[in-house]
Amino acid sequence: MGVRTWIQDWPVYRQLTGDDPLGRGAAAMSARTRALRPRTGTADRVVKSVCPYCAVGCAQNVYVKDEKVVQIEGDPDSPVSRGRLCPKGSATLQLTTGSARRHQVLYRRPHGTDWEPLDLETAMDMVADRVIRTRRETWQAEQDGVRVNRTLGLASLGGATLDNEENYLIKKLFTGLGVVQVENQARVCHSSTVAGLGTSFGRGGATTFLQDLQNADCIVIEGSNFAEAHPVGFQWVMEAKARGATVIHVDPRFTRTSALADLHVPIRAGSDIAFLGGIIHHVLENEADFRPYVLEYTNAAMIVGEDFRDTEDLDGVFSGLHEETGHYDVTSWQYEGTQVQAPSGESDKLYDERTHSGHSVSTSGQSESHGSGGAAVSGQPHRDPTLRDPRCVYQILKRHYARYTPEMVHEVCGIPPETFEKVCRALVDNSGPDRTSEFVYAVGWTQHTVGSQYIRAACILQLLLGNIGRPGGGIQALRGHASIQGSSDIPTLFNLLPGYLPMPHAHRHEDLDSFIEASKTDKGFWGNMRAYMVSLMKAYYGDAATAANDFCFDHLPRLTGSHSTYETVLAQLDGTCKGYFLMGENPAVGSANARMQRLGMAELEWLVVRDFSLIESATWWKDGPEIETGERRTEDIATEVFFFPAAAHTEKSGSFTNTNRWIQWHHTAVEPAGDARSDLWFMYHLGRRIKERLAASTDPVDRPVQDLAWDYPVHGPTAEPDAEAVLAEINGYGPGGEPLSAYTELRDDGSTSCGCWIYCGVYADGVNQAARRKPHTEQDWVAAEWAWAWPANRRILYNRASAAPDGTPWSERKAYVWWDEEAGKWTGHDVPDFVPDRPPTYEPPEDATGPDALSGVDPFIMQADGKGWLFAPAGLVDGPLPTHYEPQDSPVRNPLHADQQRSPVRQAFSREHNRFHPSGDEPGSDVYPYVVTTYRLTEHFTAGGMTRWSPYLAELQPEMFCEVSPELAVQRGLEHAGWATVITARGAIEARVLVTRRMAPLTAGGRTVHQIGLPYHWGPNGYTTGDAANELSAIALDPNVHIQEVKALSADIRPGRRPRGPELLDLVESYRQRAGIDENTGTEVRG
Amino acid sequence: MMSGSGVDRDGVYGERPGREAVVGGEQSVSDRPPSGTPSERGPGRRRGRRGRRGERLMVPEAEFTSYYGRPVINAPTWSARDIAGYFFLGGLAGAGSVLAAGAELTGRKAMARALKVSSLAAISGSGALLVHDLGRPARFANMLRVFRPTSPMNMGSWLLTAYAPTAGAAAVLEAAGRLPRIGRAATGGAALLGPAVAAYTAVLIGDTAVPAWHDGHRELPFVFTGSAAVAAAGMALIASPVAENGPAVGAAVFGTALESAASRIMERRLGFVGEPYQQGKSGRLKRAAQGLSAAGTAGALLWGRRNRIAAALSGAALLAASACTRFGVFQAGVASAEDPKYTVVPQRERLRKQAAGDA
Amino acid sequence: MSSIIGRNLLAGAEADPAGDAGHGADHPERVGFFTDTSVCIGCKACEVACKEWNAVPEDGLELTGMSYDNTQGLGADTWRHVAFIEQDKPLGHAVTGVDPGGVDHSGVDVFALAAGTTAPAPPREQAEVPTPDGRTELRWLMASDVCKHCTHAACLDVCPTGALFRTEFGTVVVQEDICNGCGYCVPACPYGVIDQRKEDGRVFKCTLCYDRLGEGMEPACAKACPTDSIQFGPLDELRERAAARLGQLHDAGVADAQLYGESPQDGVGGDGAFFLLLDRPEVYGLPPDPVVTTRDLPSMWRHAGAAAATLLGGLAAVFALHRDYRKAR
Ligand SMILES: Nc1nc2c(c(=O)[nH]1)N[C@H]1C(S)=C(S)[C@@H](COP(=O)(O)OP(=O)(O)OC[C@H]3O[C@@H](n4cnc5c(=O)[nH]c(N)nc54)[C@H](O)[C@@H]3O)O[C@H]1N2
Ligand SMILES: Nc1nc2c(c(=O)[nH]1)N[C@H]1C(S)=C(S)[C@@H](COP(=O)(O)OP(=O)(O)OC[C@H]3O[C@@H](n4cnc5c(=O)[nH]c(N)nc54)[C@H](O)[C@@H]3O)O[C@H]1N2
Ligand code: SF4
Ligand code: SF4
Ligand code: SF4
Ligand code: SF4
Ligand code: SF4
Ligand SMILES: [Mo]
Repeated sequence: MGVRTWIQDWPVYRQLTGDDPLGRGAAAMSARTRALRPRTGTADRVVKSVCPYCAVGCAQNVYVKDEKVVQIEGDPDSPVSRGRLCPKGSATLQLTTGSARRHQVLYRRPHGTDWEPLDLETAMDMVADRVIRTRRETWQAEQDGVRVNRTLGLASLGGATLDNEENYLIKKLFTGLGVVQVENQARVCHSSTVAGLGTSFGRGGATTFLQDLQNADCIVIEGSNFAEAHPVGFQWVMEAKARGATVIHVDPRFTRTSALADLHVPIRAGSDIAFLGGIIHHVLENEADFRPYVLEYTNAAMIVGEDFRDTEDLDGVFSGLHEETGHYDVTSWQYEGTQVQAPSGESDKLYDERTHSGHSVSTSGQSESHGSGGAAVSGQPHRDPTLRDPRCVYQILKRHYARYTPEMVHEVCGIPPETFEKVCRALVDNSGPDRTSEFVYAVGWTQHTVGSQYIRAACILQLLLGNIGRPGGGIQALRGHASIQGSSDIPTLFNLLPGYLPMPHAHRHEDLDSFIEASKTDKGFWGNMRAYMVSLMKAYYGDAATAANDFCFDHLPRLTGSHSTYETVLAQLDGTCKGYFLMGENPAVGSANARMQRLGMAELEWLVVRDFSLIESATWWKDGPEIETGERRTEDIATEVFFFPAAAHTEKSGSFTNTNRWIQWHHTAVEPAGDARSDLWFMYHLGRRIKERLAASTDPVDRPVQDLAWDYPVHGPTAEPDAEAVLAEINGYGPGGEPLSAYTELRDDGSTSCGCWIYCGVYADGVNQAARRKPHTEQDWVAAEWAWAWPANRRILYNRASAAPDGTPWSERKAYVWWDEEAGKWTGHDVPDFVPDRPPTYEPPEDATGPDALSGVDPFIMQADGKGWLFAPAGLVDGPLPTHYEPQDSPVRNPLHADQQRSPVRQAFSREHNRFHPSGDEPGSDVYPYVVTTYRLTEHFTAGGMTRWSPYLAELQPEMFCEVSPELAVQRGLEHAGWATVITARGAIEARVLVTRRMAPLTAGGRTVHQIGLPYHWGPNGYTTGDAANELSAIALDPNVHIQEVKALSADIRPGRRPRGPELLDLVESYRQRAGIDENTGTEVRG
Repeated sequence: MMSGSGVDRDGVYGERPGREAVVGGEQSVSDRPPSGTPSERGPGRRRGRRGRRGERLMVPEAEFTSYYGRPVINAPTWSARDIAGYFFLGGLAGAGSVLAAGAELTGRKAMARALKVSSLAAISGSGALLVHDLGRPARFANMLRVFRPTSPMNMGSWLLTAYAPTAGAAAVLEAAGRLPRIGRAATGGAALLGPAVAAYTAVLIGDTAVPAWHDGHRELPFVFTGSAAVAAAGMALIASPVAENGPAVGAAVFGTALESAASRIMERRLGFVGEPYQQGKSGRLKRAAQGLSAAGTAGALLWGRRNRIAAALSGAALLAASACTRFGVFQAGVASAEDPKYTVVPQRERLRKQAAGDA
Repeated sequence: MSSIIGRNLLAGAEADPAGDAGHGADHPERVGFFTDTSVCIGCKACEVACKEWNAVPEDGLELTGMSYDNTQGLGADTWRHVAFIEQDKPLGHAVTGVDPGGVDHSGVDVFALAAGTTAPAPPREQAEVPTPDGRTELRWLMASDVCKHCTHAACLDVCPTGALFRTEFGTVVVQEDICNGCGYCVPACPYGVIDQRKEDGRVFKCTLCYDRLGEGMEPACAKACPTDSIQFGPLDELRERAAARLGQLHDAGVADAQLYGESPQDGVGGDGAFFLLLDRPEVYGLPPDPVVTTRDLPSMWRHAGAAAATLLGGLAAVFALHRDYRKAR
């Protein structure tokens, strides 16, 4: 550098010679500043992706430079997110490239005290050997003399964070191996949604899509903390608000959602059925229902059999209760003169009657099979279009909810009548031909012992108000993980096959036809179930599946009851289950009764954990809470543990299904580093190894494995299977091997194959439709050319109902799909959810079946009767109508049914480590006097695996805390920002105290009820650590779907930190003793 | 409400961006009159006590609110030792150069030599402290990268660039006994620049958002130059023979008077914002400074021209007094920055007066 | 100096700060932020997006008890900060329907609790069951704060190295390769924005994503914001939009709504990043009437000049009194 340039580079020189005499701008710039460019500008490529956290499914652009991801931000083209990302989405770069990621396989030998590194190939071989060994050792050919064809020795958990293609391979391989205990987060998250929505409408997904919220005139957010848990989706609430919508938030806490709402209604956790029932009462009492809609589109006019007795007649239970077993016989709930098979409910319930053959060993977990297809009705139910018959559904409903008065709502929920009145008024005023209201909920509703019924209550209300299938209407079920919808659709769930086909139960002499006969409906599209099932068997078993061998139907393992993740834990404790795969789930923190989860794992022979970091579920043997209390010693634990580092979404291609059933493709941006591999890779290469080892076997037990179609092209340095090939298999092939474009093309003769019938069309024309990304600015709000939604790319379900029976829109302000007389077909903004050319006037012939049996005014095409179900004659095991019961553990005596505290048929497993509390006015209930609810924070994600290790997110919510009202703080001497200990019969945890007016005591059940709020994201590992809320929760489940009750518990709180070591156990025990808890506490059916 | 929106057969009409959502707007759910205007409704409990108009605001308004008591502005990141020390040494050097020149002109050889040397030493020390306080000391030269009249520190840097070599030349040539003419010119130059060196540091701290400093910007330069005179007088008393101490005693009296008068005026004018000067650490330092300068001045007057040891002790007291003043001012600034009331209350009051004036 | 003041370069409205800083006639429009706190959901995406883009280090894990704010304030390692304020008053017409009636609990000051003073542990016998207290008025304010990119930026004015400079977009940016960590800008900023990263020695603050602006990209924080609470754009346009928005809220009965930092007549000549607030600025930790300190710089220099002259004159006078030294000998 010459002196001259040196001088010229001296800002003072530029000051003197340029326009910046004060040296405050141009003159002061350095050479580096002048050369500054954003790293996005210098990236080598931009790869299209999808946020891996929640189910809003925000689109991301991944910037890659020198084969490293250098930036991840929102893709402005997305119609749902429009380029925005919440704090988690914004932290994706740190998630995928941060130092918390592991890149080496680790191994803990039996009784070992530390990890050892292990070679990836060796580890894969070891796992394959263990699968084969354990399978053989635990093989069950029969149970109780009936063929079951399975192993209970193996189990797998996780899937909601994975791609659809990965879930598909997991389910396929494990089913091929005869493993039934295949589960994922859908169980603990939204399983009750599938049962609730499915029995009511015929499909278990949210009925609408996020952008359409803008068309709502009133939005009731209840059981969801929308702004915190789905922040980017919340922009559509704001859009509606900008257009004048009224926004109501019903939540025990005043949250970031309440802060933006017009009305916040504080409610006692666990009382929503009383609240919704109160609104139903209001609507019926004032005849404020949308009568033409109700009459034509719902089952209001159907006559119910005369044996039916309501809870109002039987002291809080429905007819059919077996008090000894705690189960209902559902026969008396049927329509008069028919038999109904609920497509989304317990489709196996009436197996005996429907098949007149065989013997049902056990029935369980079938309610979710109504995820896409309702329960069956045979025969013609009687109707009374005047709605006056006392046995018609409308009158039954009226009687059932007669006592759900504003005063009762006050008594049960703690909501003052004036506030309640406001909600009723807002809803009624904003429903009808010209206006629509939308309900938004999430796990504030699902996670209760009566969770399915919470959702049913909302369905009934929305049907009465005529809000389903219409723009701005519907029920928005906000799903959880990035692909939790996908992991229900292409399920890693014990009771489902892809597309909500039920897993077969063990029956004598069952063949494919009797299985279909028992599950399908006569009317509607669920009537074609055989085509879906046979095509699936072709996808699973390929050429081995032939008409002659019943398409390998016998290869499928059989259920004999519930094998949900919670039953799997019990099986682990019993020693039945010996090998366990955790693929993207962290039950040691995230599942109810975390302690039981760990104790179960400690009984395993071997455990495989695949994750990004060393989550609690991988390290409990070393540093789990039981080691701290001295209950377990690391040296005594015989479990062999394998840790495999997982590839991130930027390191693999695949599809996520978002909360609104949109299947969105994300592309590989870079290759995973070290031993990190996709779950697709893991499953494929595991399956390949197992098949190789069993190839020569002559044991018939190995036949299903040998028959399994397992050919996928691989590519790249790691031999990664081609995810698009898997997607194509899911989509299905026609007779000539061509990709199918609609499920209507599926055949039941074996000429078509399809891995998931509801996804048929996602690979239409051989094009990956899920990868479509036409910017939202170039299409309307429905955005039909962005990604692909099941079914058939429809965005609002049941949209036939957006038109009046005559086929014209109910109102020109709410036009969506209508009948085009000239063209002779349905048309509009969306794909019509109806037979495209069926005129509104069509009356099916008497003997028609399947879709042909649908009349021109049957908008619920997956329902057995084409109607939305106000009353569910089948499909649910705990009642045809929602009724208020108290949570399993509740300090409040049931104000509605003085003689029936809890749901009589709830699933409560009383075990040494899973004891329940005395409730209501039972002696000892005052030992746990407060209501606890658990929830999420914007800044963290679920069990924390994807956020607690991220410094950027950890610093925003750095410690576990509890939220209490000032009144409770005074009552218990809790200091703001000090410590408190929360105690239940299961455990005790400590948390920092936030005293806040956002928590308000309520008057309910004649007493002041204090609620304690606990986020559930923390655990002992990671960058920010803390006690897990699930040390407190119990395994008490909804009997329809086996979801746990973690939204309403009872507990005590006291100031100070919890004791360490064995004293912690003493504390919990002393509480149990004071409350007089034994194995019978809280387990009674009646009372 | 907004009947102008909906979905017709052509699609959505009446769309509005979500940012126009009216949160808290008139809605069907409310039967409450709107919440008050901003001036009526302050958060928290209010006792409604307000400073009477025209009266000097001595206590914070009762409706003072803050964000969890957190400061509004950032306190200086400077270390007290470095920066208050830098002010002290700069003052000592600057005023010392004036005394040196005076001594030289009036033939007080020893005093002149001593003060030239002390100024060089002081200015070197102050420079070292300044560099030490930099977060990136290696980049200290960037101080001369621009010529930025709006930055007192930049101006100060240029000033020091002129002063330090001058004072250095004065001292070195004096010590070496060579080039007397240049030495004299340097001595004179240093004496002219010296007062600027002593004064500019007051601008440096005055030109911040720190309430006790900024609001005191009129008097602080006098406090600083007075304090500089005290320090230089102290140094002279220590380093000169008693016979030459006359001007030093005078300078001590002058400096003490100037500094204490300026302080008093400042604190009175500042009122509430001046509180930190009297309270806490800075209050203690200030009282120590007062005591020390009173003692030093009295000692100088009584014995300064008679007793070498007493003169030196008085000088030390004066030096210490000056140091205490600088540290006190520094601490007062920090304290006023850390308590949001010193930022919020005067600004609120200003707005109130403005509104009253507008009305 | 007076010429400078005449050109409003130290205080008052200034139409074209970038032009006045030598960026020539064809420099881009001045851009900034309008942060409308009334639609903020407190998600902190802005905080994270900023950190990811600028690789700002994590800023400490401390549960503060300040509602959901564990960031505490702007600083060298936090360039966006979301404030959370829980208040016992309604947000316009919004309602929270807690059971009215019951006992008055005005003795429990939750905001005092939140401010850090701990709750008095009640004597056990006195701790009777408190009942609901008619908590129908409750609001939770959230606001994302950022560097204001002042028209008259004290930080910039006082910076001795030229590390801080005004960009062609009218924003105020620190040049990391120049800053020597003198720390002067820190107490100069009237909003307490810029601060020193201790382990590094230099100061840091929001750059308004200077690098992104250069490629026509939106700043990372604004881009992420799910509800458009942070709006980025040409300042003139934002000011118009803000005025309309204020009118809209006032018409709807949200009387508390007020603009902050938007007026070019204010003490800093208007902020490049201004806000719509729902309460007084100090409630959010903002100064109610900030003034750029350099506005008084001429007066400071005048007083300093007088003080220097006083020193010189005073000491000269002292010598004048003692001129007869040699004679006295
Ligand atoms: N930031 C963030 N986003 C997430 C997640 C996350 O962990 N963090 N998780 C994702 C997942 S997996 C899911 S499933 C969704 C869940 O999304 P949400 O369901 O919205 O999440 P939660 O916070 O668990 O519960 C919602 C609200 O229910 C309230 N609640 C509790 N009990 C009751 C009750 O009995 N009745 C009523 N009405 N309300 C009740 C709680 O106070 C809480 O505010 O969020 C997804 N998005
Ligand atoms: N008390 C209480 N308990 C609850 C709830 C509640 O509200 N309250 N909510 C429930 C709900 S809704 C849910 S969904 C569950 C969630 O509970 P979990 O699913 O157990 O929690 P996550 O932390 O999401 O666990 C997912 C793991 O998958 C890892 N992962 C992410 N991507 C991949 C991948 O591509 N491959 C692999 N192999 N791993 C990956 C993540 O790092 C993370 O550790 O918690 C439930 N538990
Ligand atoms: S976590 Fe959910 S809301 Fe947030 S960016 Fe990801 S997908 Fe969007
Ligand atoms: S807010 Fe502070 S840091 Fe930002 S430009 Fe203004 S003075 Fe500088
Ligand atoms: S610390 Fe850096 S940016 Fe701040 S004034 Fe000093 S040199 Fe300028
Ligand atoms: S503009 Fe850029 S640097 Fe400034 S706060 Fe936003 S993201 Fe951070
Ligand atoms: S300004 Fe936007 S991004 Fe920041 S907290 Fe508020 S809503 Fe979230
Ligand atoms: Mo979930």
